[in-house]
Formats: sequence, C-alpha cells, structure tokens
Amino acid sequence: MNAPGSLGLVIPCKAQFDSPIRLRSGAVMDRYELAYETYGQLNRARDNAVLVCHALNASHHVAGFYANDPRNPGWWDNLVGPEKPVDTNRFFVVGVNNLGGCHGSTGPASINPNSGRPWGADFPVVTVEDWVQTQARLADHLGIERFAVVMGGSLGAMQALQWTISYPDRIRHALVIAAAPKLSAQNIAFNEVARQAIMTDPDFHGGNFYAHGVVPRRGLRLARMIGHITYLSDDAMAEKFGRALRNGALKFNFDAEFEIESYLRYQGDKFSDYFDANTYLRITKALDYFDPAAESGGDLTRALAGARAGFLVVSFTSDWRFSPTRSREILKALVDNRLDVTYGEIDAPHGHDAFLMDDARYHSLIRAYLDNIALG
Amino acid sequence: MTRTSVQTSNSTPAGGGLAVRPEFDAIAAWIRPGAQVLDLGCGDGSLLRFLKEARGALGYGIEIDDANILASVRNRVNVLQSDLESGLAGFESGSFDYVILSQTLQAVRQTEKIIGEMLRVGRQAIVTFPNFGYWGHRLQVLKGRMPVSSTLPYQWYNTPNVHLFTIRDFESFCAGQGIRVLERVVMDEGRVISTLPNLMGSLAVYRFDRDQRS
Repeated sequence: MNAPGSLGLVIPCKAQFDSPIRLRSGAVMDRYELAYETYGQLNRARDNAVLVCHALNASHHVAGFYANDPRNPGWWDNLVGPEKPVDTNRFFVVGVNNLGGCHGSTGPASINPNSGRPWGADFPVVTVEDWVQTQARLADHLGIERFAVVMGGSLGAMQALQWTISYPDRIRHALVIAAAPKLSAQNIAFNEVARQAIMTDPDFHGGNFYAHGVVPRRGLRLARMIGHITYLSDDAMAEKFGRALRNGALKFNFDAEFEIESYLRYQGDKFSDYFDANTYLRITKALDYFDPAAESGGDLTRALAGARAGFLVVSFTSDWRFSPTRSREILKALVDNRLDVTYGEIDAPHGHDAFLMDDARYHSLIRAYLDNIALG
Repeated sequence: MTRTSVQTSNSTPAGGGLAVRPEFDAIAAWIRPGAQVLDLGCGDGSLLRFLKEARGALGYGIEIDDANILASVRNRVNVLQSDLESGLAGFESGSFDYVILSQTLQAVRQTEKIIGEMLRVGRQAIVTFPNFGYWGHRLQVLKGRMPVSSTLPYQWYNTPNVHLFTIRDFESFCAGQGIRVLERVVMDEGRVISTLPNLMGSLAVYRFDRDQRS
C-alpha cells in the first residue's frame, strides 16, 4: 500500500450564478460568483461527492497546493487527499469559498455592479442558511443531486448541520466537527470584541476603506489575536509557549517580550495581510446568527425533525470555545429524532484548533465512518 | 472532564468479524422486532449489530474506549463516546424500549445510579454479568486465590471489575430497589443452566423493570 499522498497541484475554479438569490436578511443579490476547487472524480452514479465547508478564515483551497505557492498546502490537506481519511480516490471532494468571502467568491471587496465601486459596507450580511443555499446552487452547477457527505469544523460544521435541515434529500451524511448548535453569550462577546477592533480602526472608514487605499490593519490584527486565544487551550498555550521570553531576559518595556506575544502579533500581522475586514465582520455575524432551533422555539430536536442524514459528530475535550457539552446538545437532538449518529469525543490537548490537527484517533474515526459509505 | 473509564470485557475478537456470544441469542429472543435499544458499554458493538441484524433493532451504544468506538463504527452501529459514570443525562425518560448493560455492571462504580438511570431511560432493562457464585469461582476462592475464568478473565491486579457479586446478591439487590425481574437466563459455556443456577451458572442474564407496586 502506498503512503497517503498529496493531491499535488490543484487549480481553483469559478462558477457564475446569474439568477437572483434572496438572502435571509431580505437582501437580494442579482448575480454572484463562487470560487471552488474539486479533487477526485465524480463517479458515474454521481453519488460520491463530498462538500467541505470552511470556517472563519479558510477558503475553497482545502487540499493540494498551487503552482505558485508549493509550500502552502490547503487548510485541510492532512485530511483530504489520495488514501487520506477523506480519500480522493473514492470521493469527489468540493471546496467552496463562501459568499461574502475574500478568496475569490463575490464579497465586500468585489465590485458592486450597481455602483461600479467595491461593495464595502453595502455588501449584505450573510448567514449560514444563505451559504448553504449558494452551496446547493454550486452542487446544481456541478451536477451533484445529492452529496454523500457535507462536512466541516466549527463554523463549517454549522453549515453541515444546516444542510441536513435545509436540504434533507440532498445529503446522506453530515460530519459535524467541533461544533455548537448556536453561539453562547461568551462566544458572541468574543466576536463583538473582534468586530469593535475592526470598526473602531480609523482606517475602516465605515467599511468603505477600499476607496481610501487603506486597510484597517490594526483592527484586523486585534481581531485575529483575540480569535487565536479562543482557538487554543490554556494547556496548549502553556505547552507551546509557557512564559518563554524571546530574548531570555525582561527588558522592562512594551516590546513583544514573551513568546506568546510574539506569536499573536505574528498571527495578527499575517492575517491582516490577506483577510478582508468586511468579510471578517460578516463571518462573525453569521456565527452569531446561527441558531437553527430558533424557529422551533429553541427546540433543536424539533428543528432537526426533518433531517434524514447520518451523522458523525466529533468534539475535542480541550475545546473551550465549542466544548463537548455543545456537541452533546446536537447529539441529544439527533438521538431524540432516532437519526443514525456516531459521536467521538477526542481527548486532544489542542483546544478548538484540534479539528485541523493530524490526530490519529480523530482521523481514524473519520476514515472508519467514511469507509462505511457505499458508493455506486 | 474526568475519564474514569468503565472498561467492558466486550473487546474486538482477533481477526475481526462478528463475535456472537452465547447470551446474544437469549437477549435477542427477549427483544421485540424493531425495538429501540440503548446498549451501555457497548464494547465493539457486536451485540447491537446482532440485534440489528436478528431483530431489526434501532440501537445506540455508549462506550468510552477509543478502540471500541472505532470497532463499533466498523460494525456499523451507532456509538456515542461517553462515560457511563456521568449518567444518561442526554436521554429522555422512557425513550427506549430496552436499555442493556452487558458484562459491564461489575465494572461500574455507582451501581444504584446506573440501574436507576437504565430504568429511567428504558421501559425495561437487560443486564448480563459474571456470576461470582459459580462453582469454579468458589473453588478458586476456597483454594485461596481470586478466581480467573472465561467470564472473569482478569487477574486481581488488572481487573476493571470493581463490584463482584452473585446471582443471589443481584436478586436481593433488585428486591431492595423495587425492581421486578421479568426473565432470567443463567448460562455456562454457552449452555442454559436450570438447576442450582447460582452454583452451576457462570453468566447471568436478566430482564427487569420498575415494580409499579413499590
């Protein structure tokens, strides 16, 4: 048996959608583009498609690498590829950049055809339901009637869960990883701090910073720094950084002295180089708004009454952003509805970010679950 | 969270495949077709798979061990990774036809709590356990050693079992807890034992519910 391999070179694609779409906010987008990638082959029965939904900062570039950037593989490259747990020799994998994103799909930095200028502040607030709707249109475009699997971690998992509600006939299995059925007040609070960091940056210009030729870099940096704190566990930070100093001794000034300070500044800087501030605002809003049980009086069991998919739910013990308790809320609703579900609670130290890590127990579970899916 | 794992003796048989233990047939015979079943400490999921195939049961297993979770997935049964000692908080009262605890009761610390939870969530409960009163076990104790047998396969120092008890102990427990025994099968080496069960039987299988008169 060959060692699990990389997909090698991959090429992003774009799909143009010209029929108007009504968003949950009531706003209508007349036309939009979605950037996507596909790996593997859609089989003759067209029943081997897997949709990978991204979380906050990721994109359609799930696996493999670009010719001009061979050192940076896709964000879930350790999971997706030939003979990897999501085996592209068996499955036709689709990654998509969500509407409102900043990696190629129509988003706040795109040109608004009505004004000829970037959308900026005028770009509508998008929701998980909106994304799922646009993903279904991409499926139509690709000739996929029904996904074998829709999967994601964190916000991506919320999309997978929403798929089972919005399109119960178009999804056979949902992989809901490191998820929550809705955000807690604490989760929303962190998001609000991130948004305030961006919106109070003088370079934000009410969201229309493109015209000023600036980027609210300081706000994005802070937003990313606070996000990063919530992605890691206390133990993981202690393990990785501890109280280590960059230069061995205290200098009694406000430079980045501790390694953790340096790490957060680096992550913040890197993020502010490539991420759109308006996209960040909208994605955090999509997180805050996600609450599929709301229309059922807060009863998630009722919200999932129409779901028919099989589920793999995975949580990580050290994840305090979306703790195992939150996954158990989803689990209860699935069991109440007597849906097929497997739940793995992985004893991993990495916090919320564990869903992106190459952990043998976690990956074996995904592999075993996917191995059971019969394909035409 | 604490991980005081409740290990079960339901491990994956060497070479894989479905391990049909003798008590599976007894349990399947008690379960009505299409029943909704919760199997606590489901091990590799082989009982659930057997009940699914033999009785069309709709089942969920609860299991703590990573390897058993994987084995259960490979047996194509629904398995939820959780610690039994933390109870069955996620399950509605009276929501399952049967809650099963197979070869696990002796490894659970809070016996009364888990039996109480089984009868809260399930309309009926089924337990199987190794009979400490089995003659082979008594003989080893008489010889001054802790018993090791096919139903108690561990040494004293590595056993996951924390409560060893006999058939008479269990029935006395049930009487004290207001539990009505509905059916009992006692076995040894795969054969049903009808005479002197507490002496001749190495494995006991019970079906019971809450005695409504109590």
